Amino acid sequence: MDAATWGLIIATFVACFVEMVEATTIVMAMGYTRNWRSALIGTFAALGALAVVTLAAGYALANWLPESALQLAIGGLLLIFGLQWLRKAILRSSGRKAVHDEDAIYREEVEAAKAAGESKQGLDLFAFMVSFKGVFLEGMEVVFIVLTFGLNADNIPAASLGAAAAVVIVLGIAIALRRPLSMINENLLKYGVGLLLASFGTYWAIEGIGIFRDGRESLNWPGHDLMILVLLAAWLLLSRIFVAVLRKPAVPAPAISNPAGDIAVEVKK
Amino acid sequence: MKFLKAFGQFWYDFIIGDDWKIAVAVVITLAVMVAAMLSGALSDTALTLIGGALVLVAFSISLAIDVRPKRR
Repeated sequence: MDAATWGLIIATFVACFVEMVEATTIVMAMGYTRNWRSALIGTFAALGALAVVTLAAGYALANWLPESALQLAIGGLLLIFGLQWLRKAILRSSGRKAVHDEDAIYREEVEAAKAAGESKQGLDLFAFMVSFKGVFLEGMEVVFIVLTFGLNADNIPAASLGAAAAVVIVLGIAIALRRPLSMINENLLKYGVGLLLASFGTYWAIEGIGIFRDGRESLNWPGHDLMILVLLAAWLLLSRIFVAVLRKPAVPAPAISNPAGDIAVEVKK
Repeated sequence: MKFLKAFGQFWYDFIIGDDWKIAVAVVITLAVMVAAMLSGALSDTALTLIGGALVLVAFSISLAIDVRPKRR
């Protein structure tokens, strides 16, 4: 297996890992508080829907769009996603945005589950819907990342392998620990994924504007794929400069302590 | 109608997220690059390098707007 394939697997693995941690928190809250059967049915229904979306979108994108249009469309979207993640990572690292906290999210989901009325039917619709929505929404981003990376590298199986490995590992850890996976430094992982998405997104989106010229040929970067590493270094450098410039002075007593040592915690994404 | 609204909201949240400035910055940058390419004045090498630099600048501007001190 070559370096590009490993890079592809690692990128989709990390992206999927982050999203799976968030989805697992929601499903665990529903399972422990309401009804495991309904929460799991909601989870598997969402995974089935995601599989259908992946197949349909993957087929359409691979067969109906010219290469440069594909690069522009998915590169542009990937760039927007990546820069959103990077923006949050910079603001969190500099203390200007609350840190994402799985324990706090779990507590909030548990409170919502307890507040909802009891279900008289066989299937607990509240647990089903919350689990379905949580897994589907978090999974959509993973589907998108797997499709974009897989199609551009012409290796959907490797991209899927990275995502599937993350699903298995997160589920394994969750089953073993039986509590939210708050020990995982999700903010750092998101920072890494943001850098990757921003770098690949910049590369592909700019290549893809060639769709608008005669012959519809993609633009050619000097050094070809190696430029992705240069872009990665540029995004890393820019983000570190922003973190250093925007860093707020430490406050004496944080309202809620957390392992990352930041000012506060964020409940919603 | 309710379904269409929810459907539209889902895609807005999914793509634009909580900061529309980034999506706008990316779209404007790519539009400028298309215009530069169609002018025919620049080679592929120049276009890609300028495009990469422009994306970095556009992101910096959107972040600077985010963190600028608010007027009271």
